[in-house]
Amino acid sequence: MADVIPYNPEEKGAQPPSLYPAYKSTVLRAPKQPLVILPHTLSEVTGPVYGHGKVLPVDADLTKQHAGEPLGERIIVSGRVLDENGRPVANTLVEVWQCNAAGRYIHARDQHPAPLDPNFSGAGRIVTDAEGNYKFTTIKPGAYPWRNHPNAWRPAHIHFSMFGPSFINRLVTQMYFPGDPLFAFDPIYQGIPDEKARARMVSRFDMDTTIPEWALGYKFDIVLRGRNATPMED
Amino acid sequence: MSKQRLGQTPSQTVGPFFHFGLPYEGDSNLIVGDAQGQRIIVEGRVTDGAGEAIPDVMIEIWQANAAGKYDHPEDTQDKPVDEGFHGFGRCATDNDGVFRFQTVKPGAVPGPGNSLQAPHLVTFVFGRGMLKQLLTRIYFEDEAHNAHDPVLALVPEARRNTLVARKINPSTYRLDIVLQGEGETVFFEY
Ligand SMILES: [Fe+2]
Repeated sequence: MADVIPYNPEEKGAQPPSLYPAYKSTVLRAPKQPLVILPHTLSEVTGPVYGHGKVLPVDADLTKQHAGEPLGERIIVSGRVLDENGRPVANTLVEVWQCNAAGRYIHARDQHPAPLDPNFSGAGRIVTDAEGNYKFTTIKPGAYPWRNHPNAWRPAHIHFSMFGPSFINRLVTQMYFPGDPLFAFDPIYQGIPDEKARARMVSRFDMDTTIPEWALGYKFDIVLRGRNATPMED
Repeated sequence: MSKQRLGQTPSQTVGPFFHFGLPYEGDSNLIVGDAQGQRIIVEGRVTDGAGEAIPDVMIEIWQANAAGKYDHPEDTQDKPVDEGFHGFGRCATDNDGVFRFQTVKPGAVPGPGNSLQAPHLVTFVFGRGMLKQLLTRIYFEDEAHNAHDPVLALVPEARRNTLVARKINPSTYRLDIVLQGEGETVFFEY
């Protein structure tokens, strides 16, 4: 069996450290021992082709999962999943979840005294097309408070989870909205060392995907690790 | 050929509220049909640096089937894929910090060069307070080939046991995951 083609390493500054004391919960959850460097093997460069079962059209429209329309500002989020070489990541599962327009999650442990919306659950799933495109309709999530420090608020965000072509590509991130005044105060956003990399998590408003009299469009491209060759080439 | 690379999207924590977005029915049972091989349970408890159980962590595993074949196009070994087993599982910890997978014991898989890797589960840990996921592996104590595994060989000998699940009954393996402190699990940089 020939050796596998490894994926590029973490881009310096673009990925967060495990320990970031301003984000308090990292203090007891970050390893203290040095990480052991793992050369990629067949176990890492393979991975689930589909994370799970059938994805339905309703999974890509979070405003149509209940009898009525959810409250809030309707938005369409779209973009591409690419690797570092700009190649599309086709046929990969994208999972998203978020709070409602008032900043409340449909989750038993969310104690924020903001109203739940009976017409909004906030979870969706999309499979990218051959060009790596994904698209879903939702409502703009609200900011919400948390207990990290006094008067702590999370900037509005949508959680994203991606698989990619191998298990090593697995990425969980958050998409933010342009110009949020809370960025400067948020240790989760600030946990990314490189300012330019941080800004990659911020979506951009897009007039081309804005639908007249219906919904605002936001664009968010996701870049997973790439490698210098693919097994089919060279 | 030095086309400029695109910048990687940074990782962010899965947060405390993933439970309505990520878990799905049957996610921790990898056996989807008439899977070949020995059916086993792999379980453990996840604790933090204070020794407290963590009730809001999510574990994902990826593994070969009983024949040692990954259900993925880059596994070109001349071995059968198993229609009843694809190899991916996901489990949110319960209130006691416990995860539990129903799966089959994987076969050995090729390693670098001509080496062979002992049966193992590639394991990711996601959680609140974890800006990026942690990568580890779960091996099985009753596999003689562990002594020759090329990845275990990279781990300081005194810490290898943090990657090897104990057999607590004929079909159940147990491995606790310690994020920090005494008995800290070995995590990999990848
Ligand atoms: Fe959140």
